[in-house]
Amino acid sequence: MSPVEPVPAPSTTVAIAAPVVALRHVVAVLGRFPALAGASLEVQAGEVLLLKGPNGAGKTTLLRLCAGLVPLVRGEAEVLGHDLRTDRAAIRQHVGLLGHQNGLYADLSVRENVRFWGRTAGASDGEINAALTQLGLDGRLATVPAGRLSAGQRRRTALACLIARRARLWLLDEPHAGLDADGRDLLDDVIRRAVGAGATVLVASHELERAKALATRIVTVAGGLVHNESPDDAGADRGGRV
Amino acid sequence: MSTTVPNPQSIPGTNASAVSRRWRGITSTGFSRVLGVATLVLVVWLVLFGLLFSPPDQTQQSSVRIMYIHVPTAWVAYLAFGVTGLSSAMYLFRRAHSLAWDRVAGASAEIGVMFMALTLITGSLWGRLTWGVYWAWDARLTTTAFLFVTYVGYLAVRRLGGSHQARAKRSAVLGLLAVIEIPLVHFSVELWRSLHQEASVANPSGDVKMDGLMLFSLFVGLIAFSLLYFWLVLHRQRAMYLEDQYDDADLDVALVERRAETKEHSRA
Amino acid sequence: MWRTARLVAAKDLGIEWRSRQVTNQVLPFAGLTLVLFAFALDRDEITARVAPGLFWLATTFSLIVLVQRTFAVETADGALDTLRVAGVDPAGIYLGKALALAAQLVVLEALLLVGVIVFYASHIRPAGIVLVIVTAFLATSGLAFVGTLYGGLAAGAKGRETLLPLLLLPVVAPVLIGATRAFEAAFGTRGGEGIRAGVEISDGWPWVGMLAIFAAVFGAAGVLAFGPLLEEA
Repeated sequence: MSPVEPVPAPSTTVAIAAPVVALRHVVAVLGRFPALAGASLEVQAGEVLLLKGPNGAGKTTLLRLCAGLVPLVRGEAEVLGHDLRTDRAAIRQHVGLLGHQNGLYADLSVRENVRFWGRTAGASDGEINAALTQLGLDGRLATVPAGRLSAGQRRRTALACLIARRARLWLLDEPHAGLDADGRDLLDDVIRRAVGAGATVLVASHELERAKALATRIVTVAGGLVHNESPDDAGADRGGRV
Repeated sequence: MSTTVPNPQSIPGTNASAVSRRWRGITSTGFSRVLGVATLVLVVWLVLFGLLFSPPDQTQQSSVRIMYIHVPTAWVAYLAFGVTGLSSAMYLFRRAHSLAWDRVAGASAEIGVMFMALTLITGSLWGRLTWGVYWAWDARLTTTAFLFVTYVGYLAVRRLGGSHQARAKRSAVLGLLAVIEIPLVHFSVELWRSLHQEASVANPSGDVKMDGLMLFSLFVGLIAFSLLYFWLVLHRQRAMYLEDQYDDADLDVALVERRAETKEHSRA
Repeated sequence: MWRTARLVAAKDLGIEWRSRQVTNQVLPFAGLTLVLFAFALDRDEITARVAPGLFWLATTFSLIVLVQRTFAVETADGALDTLRVAGVDPAGIYLGKALALAAQLVVLEALLLVGVIVFYASHIRPAGIVLVIVTAFLATSGLAFVGTLYGGLAAGAKGRETLLPLLLLPVVAPVLIGATRAFEAAFGTRGGEGIRAGVEISDGWPWVGMLAIFAAVFGAAGVLAFGPLLEEA
């Protein structure tokens, strides 16, 4: 019922509007296990937030919570201005989650998968084709059943589905997994374009070097809690370690 | 569940009084004790009236005494399933989505299944003595059997796990589906039997001409079993409350352990 | 809602078109049960008499397999999660999946009907053809609605393979009873000792009414309940 040590107020990125994600002392359980143990996090519109941390730290649960898939047991959470305790369904349609599973139908072709997920979100044929092209899936691959693709190709297809769905909040769980060098470049490009179109992105990744280049801010997740780090922690262009 | 439960008072962020209540694990109150004693007295009465004071039936002899258990258990089972349906609706349609309604629904269904099993057993024993067979495809019997199976399924769904609210919502939906299923089953079986009246076992009909003492014994049985039902529901739903509390208290311990992982990580 | 339903139904039928799993596995299974019933019942005159009941029993068993399949497709790669996150209208998902399930059931029933006529020497009275078609339509709708509803409830749960029959079989009993009686009237197979030597076709129509109520009630219940169920899957 009570929070542990209060987490310091999140970074002061240029923000005027309400935060896209606002979690306060959130507890979420998987069965009896508290995957999130009082996590607090605020993400502003247009940010690309990198979640790092060891396996089992709670990154996946954090993303699934933001997608409205995992109920919160304690604490408060708002996503896109909707209270997750009362309004879990309201955020849907605006959130895109790429989880460990890709959500593809193995028997349908790449194009059919992207078309189905695009159409359920009301995307036009043009947008669906654009998504396929953007990930280099418009050629021979388009007609291959998703079940016969390699892991990286499936990942790409899932990304294309995500683009076709035009979400406002992107939740990417280990998006680099299984992707080759080309695929990673494509992924970076996809994220940049999404942010350019006004989306906010949360990425959980172990590919730190790769993801740090993209991220506007980095936080560490450990023990079901979120620990803030300065954006320059990575030793990037703006200064050294504190 | 958790084997490494430290002294609950030492856990920061734990509601200490809730935890100490759970160690006592008491489900009774003054009211339920009075109710329990009253139930016990009436059950003794039922035994006396049912077995000793009431006369045997002219045609069925002493087998008629099964009725003093059979009819009340059937009544209680239907009452219990009614309460389950009602509580499911209360849970689902009230804004608060209170888990208390869910626990009443679950407790009532468990007790209903138990009494319905007793109804089926006593009924088939009586059927053997009176009709010569254990079972007849009569509309009421068939509906009863379906009711039993349906709520066994309901209890299975309650045990699926997940959060308390997930359990509550899933089972409340199922509880309401059962309410709309039962009339359909009954209607179809009734229509079936009325269209094809195969002279199998129907007579003697089993209607008993009851004298005053027999009626009174049945009445005692109905009251005794109703009280027993309320007493059981009270205790069972409180036990369920304690189980839920126990899970939540476990959560406090687990939260502390979980947060401690952070320090290991930062040390590493 | 209907747009989503169309998309989902087209997607499910597309999957079946590609995988042919129902065609290659469920249809032979249904045919096999007909043969096994004949073994168990042994006598020709008995199988001919109970053919309508065996037809609907085989359909009911196949229904369970079909429902498992239609939700296995959704849970295999987390598509169900994606449907939930994407906020796809649950009523639309429900109707779409029920529609695809009904389409598969209709094909199955058509083949089973041929099987019953061939194996059990049943024949439909010419005047009963309308009754058979109407009964099959309503019973199929009812089975598809109920199957999708309880399939959604069991989807993703531990032990769903064993849970689904426990939940589903008691509920479909009215369909089994009603559709069997209606078919008996159409086949004229209900022989009988004593007063009722046979049944008239008109005896079947009350059952059609019952099947219609069943389909309507569970269709409405599914549209309302699928959202909350999906939420907590």
